[in-house]
Amino acid sequence: MTAQRLRRHGLGGLGLGLVALVVLAALAAPLIAPHDPARGDFAAGLKPPGTPGHPLGTDLLGRDVLSRVLYGARIALFIGLCTVLVTAVVGGVLGLVAGFFGGWPGTVLMRIVDVQLSFPFILLALTINAIVGLGLRNIILSLSAAGWVVYARVVRGEVLSVKQRDYVQAAAALGTRRARILFRHVLPNVAPSIIIVASLQFSQFIVAEAAISFLGFGVQPPTPAWGSMLSESRDYLYVAWWLAAFPGAALALTALGINLVGDWLRDVLDPKLRV
Amino acid sequence: MRAYLISRLGQTALVVFLSLTAVFFLMRLGGDPVLLFLPMDIQAKDVNEFRQRLGFNDPLAVQYGRFVANAARGDFGESLRYRRDALGLVLERLPATLSLAAWALLLAFSLAIPIGVISATKRGSIADYLGMGGAVLGQAVPGFWLGLMLIYLFSVRLGWLPTGGIGGPLHYIMPCVVLAAFYAARMARLTRSSVLDTLNEEYVLAARAKGLAEWVVIGKHTLKNAAIPIVTLAGLETGQLLGGAVITETIFAWPGLGRLTVQALANRDFPVVLAAVFLFSLTYTLINFGVDLLYGWLDPRTRVAGRA
Repeated sequence: MTAQRLRRHGLGGLGLGLVALVVLAALAAPLIAPHDPARGDFAAGLKPPGTPGHPLGTDLLGRDVLSRVLYGARIALFIGLCTVLVTAVVGGVLGLVAGFFGGWPGTVLMRIVDVQLSFPFILLALTINAIVGLGLRNIILSLSAAGWVVYARVVRGEVLSVKQRDYVQAAAALGTRRARILFRHVLPNVAPSIIIVASLQFSQFIVAEAAISFLGFGVQPPTPAWGSMLSESRDYLYVAWWLAAFPGAALALTALGINLVGDWLRDVLDPKLRV
Repeated sequence: MRAYLISRLGQTALVVFLSLTAVFFLMRLGGDPVLLFLPMDIQAKDVNEFRQRLGFNDPLAVQYGRFVANAARGDFGESLRYRRDALGLVLERLPATLSLAAWALLLAFSLAIPIGVISATKRGSIADYLGMGGAVLGQAVPGFWLGLMLIYLFSVRLGWLPTGGIGGPLHYIMPCVVLAAFYAARMARLTRSSVLDTLNEEYVLAARAKGLAEWVVIGKHTLKNAAIPIVTLAGLETGQLLGGAVITETIFAWPGLGRLTVQALANRDFPVVLAAVFLFSLTYTLINFGVDLLYGWLDPRTRVAGRA
């Protein structure tokens, strides 16, 4: 068992390293990017990686791929963070209330959750996005609308079990107000599962955003988002592999890092939680 | 059993109905599809007549009532783009999606189960590290990027495989791999942890103590008991497989339901979107229904008497 834990934690360390790298790239993009990600140079279009001044090459308009990938990290993390926050708060509060107070509103809420979970996440987010419209704000909105249900279900389940514990019963017997029980005794005990779900959902949101932008919805060119860069790269696959390779690799490494951190958090905080 | 079946079918109908209702209202919020399909130089009067003819001028409640009444009979209206019955159009594309999904599922299982079992039984070995490393990678690599890279390698550089479209067995290879990758990765990890849990059970110890051959212990005593969480996940994730088909089909120009849905969304072709939503939610809930029935077979304790 010790070896198992160590190995897991080693992977968690790798994950933390990858995430730190992506966060650093996002924060320092204006400092370390060699070029303006939006400015083209027609004379230097479609240069392969290794061209002086353009380590990862340039796209059709002569924009520097490295700079665009670095700035892409900002968009990806921004969308991922906003979505995780919105879904954790909305889904968490609804799950908490549904689990703690029960009654018919809780039942109705869980019915809605069941219906929504019976629909593929990516297709739901895509459909909502196609309807509410394009752009950064709307993609966050669409992903949140599609993603909050997971928290609601997990948190409600946890609350139902925490509610039965002795310390909650004891607090109630002492005449503690319900709001106080909810925030002092129940919430701290379901917080780990909220954190685990958030870390596991984070990469799903980032990849889903890229997929939706790739399909032509979501974030639009010329914004340097990884998904829209991949979308543009499709037409030049025969002549410029680097346009597809680097944004996708950045996306995969980001997802890998976040997944490893999420697995590690789960092992540490609550190995039994099934998400 | 009968009451159970009826209540499950009722639930399925409810899920399909609520999904359709949600998408119907969302789509009506999203704007006017009519302008997209008319020439630029058209008169306002003609636009209005066109709207009138399609029923977009009626109050929303009336439109909804008409939609429900028609949908109940399987009529989702005519595709605004193809000028054909939307459900017919969607049904025509379903076999391509289902055959792709079925092959991908087969591929995923035939990779994931052996990898998971070997990783669990030979825990800490090189095979375990390789298998689980591959699974962790498979979960992180986005399908559409994997697709692009495979096209570049096998179609552009090597010229071995077609870039897309439907045809012979060669056309299936890349879409299946892309669709199966994520699914297989999750399945392999779950198989490993589920087998590991089961290996600690007393009946496995008893089977070993009886001196049964290792493959009997694993194949019969362990695997059947380890199968329950695997089957659960398989059912739950089928929806993600259908969702993944949307992206995979678009990359490989696969003429299935997913690609049609993306096109319909881009064209604001409401009837086709609604018909597609109908089929997706129906397929998915029916698959989960099948999974629930499978439980009863795998674990007699969960047979119908035991649940609501």
